[in-house]
Amino acid sequence: MSSKVAAPGMFDAAIIKRASIDAFKKLDPRQLARNPVIFVTEIVSALVTAFFVRDLLAHNGEAFFSGQIAAWLWFTVLFANFAEAVAEGRGKAQADALRKTRSDTHAKRLIDPYGEAGMKDVLEGVSALDLRVGDVVFVEPGDLIPGDGEVIEGVASVNESAITGESAPVIREAGGDRSAVTGGTTVLSDWIKVRITAAPGSTFIDRMIALVEGAQRQKTPNELALSILLSGLTIVFLIVCVTLWPLAVYSGAYLSITVLIALLVCLIPTTIGGLLSAIGIAGMDRLIRFNVIATSGRAVEAAGDVDTLLLDKTGTITFGNRMADEFVPVGGVSERALAEAVLLASLADETPEGRSIVALATSRYGLVAPALGGEARTVPFSAHTRISGVDLPGRSLRKGAVDAVLAQAAPSVSEWSGRGTTTLSPGVDDRFHVEFDQAVERISRAGGTPLAVSENARLLGVVHLKDIIKPDIKARFAALRAMGIKTVMVTGDNPITAAAIAGEAGVDDFIAQAKPEDKLAYIRKEQQGGRLIAMCGDGTNDAPALAQADVGVAMQTGTQAAREAGNMVDLDSDPTKLIEIVRIGKQLLMTRGSLTTFSIANDAAKYFAIIPALFVAAYPQLETLNVMKLASPQSAILSAVIFNALIIIALIPLALKGVEYRPVGAAALLRRNLLIYGLGGIIVPFAGIKVIDLVVYLLHLA
Amino acid sequence: MTAIGLAQIAIILFAVIAAAMPLGAYMARVMGGERTALTPALAPVERAFYKLSGVDPTREQNWPSYTMAMLAFSLVGFLSLYGLQRLQGFLPINPQGLSGVPADLAFNTSISFVTNTNWQNYPGETTMSHLTQMLGLTVHNFVSAATGLAMAFALVRGFARNESSTVGNFWVDLTRAALYVLLPLSIVLALAFVALGVPQTLAGSAQATTLEGIDQVIALGPVASQEAIKELGTNGGGFFNANSAHPFENPNALSNALEIWALLVIPFASVFAFGRAVLDPRQGRAIAAAMAIVLIFGALFVYWAEAAGNPLLTDIGVDPSPGNMEGKEVRLGVSSTALFATATTGTSCGAVNAMHDSFTALGGLLPMFNMLMGSIAPGGVGAGLYGFLVLAVIAVFVAGLMVGRTPEYLGKKIETREMKLAMLAVLIYPLTVLGFTAASVMLQTGLASMNNAGPHGLSEVLYAFASANDDNGSAFAGLSGNTIWYNTTLGVAMFVGRFLFVIPVLAMAGSFATKKKAAASVGTFPTHGPLFVGLLLGVIIILYLLQYFPALALGPIVEHLLMAAGRTF
Repeated sequence: MSSKVAAPGMFDAAIIKRASIDAFKKLDPRQLARNPVIFVTEIVSALVTAFFVRDLLAHNGEAFFSGQIAAWLWFTVLFANFAEAVAEGRGKAQADALRKTRSDTHAKRLIDPYGEAGMKDVLEGVSALDLRVGDVVFVEPGDLIPGDGEVIEGVASVNESAITGESAPVIREAGGDRSAVTGGTTVLSDWIKVRITAAPGSTFIDRMIALVEGAQRQKTPNELALSILLSGLTIVFLIVCVTLWPLAVYSGAYLSITVLIALLVCLIPTTIGGLLSAIGIAGMDRLIRFNVIATSGRAVEAAGDVDTLLLDKTGTITFGNRMADEFVPVGGVSERALAEAVLLASLADETPEGRSIVALATSRYGLVAPALGGEARTVPFSAHTRISGVDLPGRSLRKGAVDAVLAQAAPSVSEWSGRGTTTLSPGVDDRFHVEFDQAVERISRAGGTPLAVSENARLLGVVHLKDIIKPDIKARFAALRAMGIKTVMVTGDNPITAAAIAGEAGVDDFIAQAKPEDKLAYIRKEQQGGRLIAMCGDGTNDAPALAQADVGVAMQTGTQAAREAGNMVDLDSDPTKLIEIVRIGKQLLMTRGSLTTFSIANDAAKYFAIIPALFVAAYPQLETLNVMKLASPQSAILSAVIFNALIIIALIPLALKGVEYRPVGAAALLRRNLLIYGLGGIIVPFAGIKVIDLVVYLLHLA
Repeated sequence: MTAIGLAQIAIILFAVIAAAMPLGAYMARVMGGERTALTPALAPVERAFYKLSGVDPTREQNWPSYTMAMLAFSLVGFLSLYGLQRLQGFLPINPQGLSGVPADLAFNTSISFVTNTNWQNYPGETTMSHLTQMLGLTVHNFVSAATGLAMAFALVRGFARNESSTVGNFWVDLTRAALYVLLPLSIVLALAFVALGVPQTLAGSAQATTLEGIDQVIALGPVASQEAIKELGTNGGGFFNANSAHPFENPNALSNALEIWALLVIPFASVFAFGRAVLDPRQGRAIAAAMAIVLIFGALFVYWAEAAGNPLLTDIGVDPSPGNMEGKEVRLGVSSTALFATATTGTSCGAVNAMHDSFTALGGLLPMFNMLMGSIAPGGVGAGLYGFLVLAVIAVFVAGLMVGRTPEYLGKKIETREMKLAMLAVLIYPLTVLGFTAASVMLQTGLASMNNAGPHGLSEVLYAFASANDDNGSAFAGLSGNTIWYNTTLGVAMFVGRFLFVIPVLAMAGSFATKKKAAASVGTFPTHGPLFVGLLLGVIIILYLLQYFPALALGPIVEHLLMAAGRTF
């Protein structure tokens, strides 16, 4: 699953260099104001710097101390900026790679694409940047497709590696679910006419560049809520520090503003404040490395909250397509007659299943696919009717889903409940029907899909389509269940088949005989019950459900409509990725929570360093609180400030990589993280400050 | 510490929990508008109230109208109580012929009683006429507690409801809380107090000749009835200045135990009622457990600190075995005084059966920290529950993220708006407590009221503002609060602590009510069970320790260390 888009390492030298420069650029207060905690730190850093200058001029002996405090406060701000810059840097490197595919593309625009002025094939050369929505362009082998659009004519193989990283070409053709093309991809063979559907600047590649660069980055809902908590804490500690001065005066201690500011910066949550945006950017970045593009950070967060996954059976739970395996005739029909009938009925079925039937009939029974004459009327397969067939003079052949064929073949056969009970119309032979039911049931039980075949409302037999379940899928569903996520399999199969496959694959629920609107209805029902739903889809008929789902992952190979409707696009078109997307979303939220806990827990140790240092002159007995036995009041304060700055740098790798998610259930996860980041957050700074104090003492810095 | 002392604490707390569980179930029915055993007797009265006041009990309010109703009711209460005090000299039922209360004191007292604080900058028996006590103070003892309960249930409904625009009807909540919960309980309790020897009379003071042959005026009045609601409503305003240390308010060990029971029972019951209202009693039990742990830890800590006595006194030959008895009633002893002090500051009651000022430094630190935490273990009637739920929301937000989901509490997602409101509510405490304390120690007028210098003086001021701000009302004593500066600033602190805190809380109720209730799964952060209890305690202790550690270090902590070094104040 490695990304083929240039994927620099976390601490690529070029990125570090760029980020170091950016860290200074980001000192601009207008930019920093977006981050209240660090903004406050910057303001007080400037203030301490002013005190340092005053101390220098006054020669009061304080300059060495206040200068060091000022320096480390600035480092705190710079380290926070650096964290953000590193996170952005990785995206920027990818964006540069993408941008190359976009520059100076030439387009061959059709002047009169629909032949209204009789100049149907006249081309004009224009820049891709001048294309407007609705323009039609002609693309030949070797050409870059100048913009996002839909193929309206022709078929071509296209290299989409610029976007997906996958070098194997894909087929793009007019009509159907493979008509969408993306600007920046290259036509390898044949030609297509493409109607442009996105204006320059808002194409898929443009959006992708903006996303990976973080240029349009808005704070996500949860990030916003967390910022409010952090701002609130900052205000609380401002109150604490401001009111401490009069309390100290009352107690006979005159505190310098410099040490009060040092205390303030140690208390406000600079660690999480400094890393918060880096965590968000890195989360998006992880997704992009995973070849999934989220159109908003909100969607990534929602992924962490998903309760129910709607998974299409085919391609996700089972390998690709079902294959015809066996023809089971009933009612005295010969196997060969059945094969012949089903071959005719399947000629108009272009689905892989239909083709596999044709293949089986021709290979095993030696039949030849006949060319249908003018008198034949074909009934093409559609997802809605789930039937295909052909009407020949005197013969009406149908093949399709059992219930659909039954409904059509014998209108009075009103119901096929899936348990083998059927309301029979008068005159239908019972014995023959039992035979049919048995065949259907046997196939279904085996996990296969039965297709009914009928001629002139008479049932001829059953086709056995086989499904092969992916070997590792059961373990993945078990992991999802441990996460608290319900998996729902969506399939067009009848309930018995669906139940058999569902049982084998280990999903929690299934929707059998699903029509596109069933998906939508199921999503609405789950949402009504307070659950968040994720699904993936590729077809145009998936679009409403993709839009309704809280996390809709559209396949890159899907139609334009599907891609517009979803809030993520999977460049690899791999539906099992939904599971990883959920994991990335959870990781993002967990990283935020863990570092917030760590940041707040740190404060305890800082108090034990600074409070005795502040008041030991007025109340020597407070030396008791100096549990770390720090060398001197000044070194205690300095050490706390240095620790506070260095911890940001130390946590950058964790912020970028994310806290590891384990599918063990919320309670176990919480216990573990509370232990590591809560308890650890209390203990680590005691040790850290002590070590720094030793160094400060040895170097005579304070 | 003795086994009997510990047994006293254990028995009282057991009796509280044993009574709070069924009472909670009853309260859930009352606040849910359901039928109860008392309905046949009280429903006609209830209906009459609605008819008289023109309230349609079936019409629910959204949070702004609920809040406006509450504020309007409190404003009318404030003005009428202020008028009553100022004019009491011209009004009947004033056997002692007391004159009107001065403006700043009347202002302070009115806010104090409307906000369920009952901070008293005056000796009750020689300042307030019987009419003021009964019509003014006692009425507010009922309605301010009922208001607290109403607001708590507005928030509870926010959690319990699914996509609802309303949070209940304030007038109905107020009426039902007072009529079905507070009134019956206080009638029973008042009779119990009378049986234990607490006076209940409308006569004026009695004249007596003491053994030395001196005439003494002994103040009397309707003490038992006020005592009952003082504790049940976590009001804490005593009939006498000495409050529950006075033998007429609290004659013996049994009455003392009953008072502790009464001031804890409704706060704990409301938490159990909350569990029932959200249809998951475990949620209520988890919160009750967290509250109980803070309470028990506090009681044991104070008991330990006080039982250890004062080493300086031991050094000069005082018998250390009874513990530090300064400011305590001999008939009540150290253990139940420790529990009383912890319970009264853990709730917003503020009644005292001993002078907290005379506790050891550490023994005084705990009641102070209890109040700095906002009196949430188990908190005032209603106020404890909504105060604790705000903290639960913050705790769930931080910790909930650690399980990899948008944090949700009781199925309600905690998002930007709720976080804003929670932080707004939480910010108010340090702002008023630390702000006014800092101002007081900088101003001559603030310093002049302090009886003691050094860290103990600072403790007195900090204690006063903590007490006023979270509407507790207990005093450290030692601070002369009846000055224009303290009357005004403490009044403002009481107002802010109650109303500016609860407006965001009610807004939060409205916001939660409109949200869809998310379904729980294995991935949902479980908010019952020991892990959550531990988490709540951790977050609360850390959050408040971080806010008040510097101030506490300069107050009781350094005082303790100085005492060990032989310096006192």
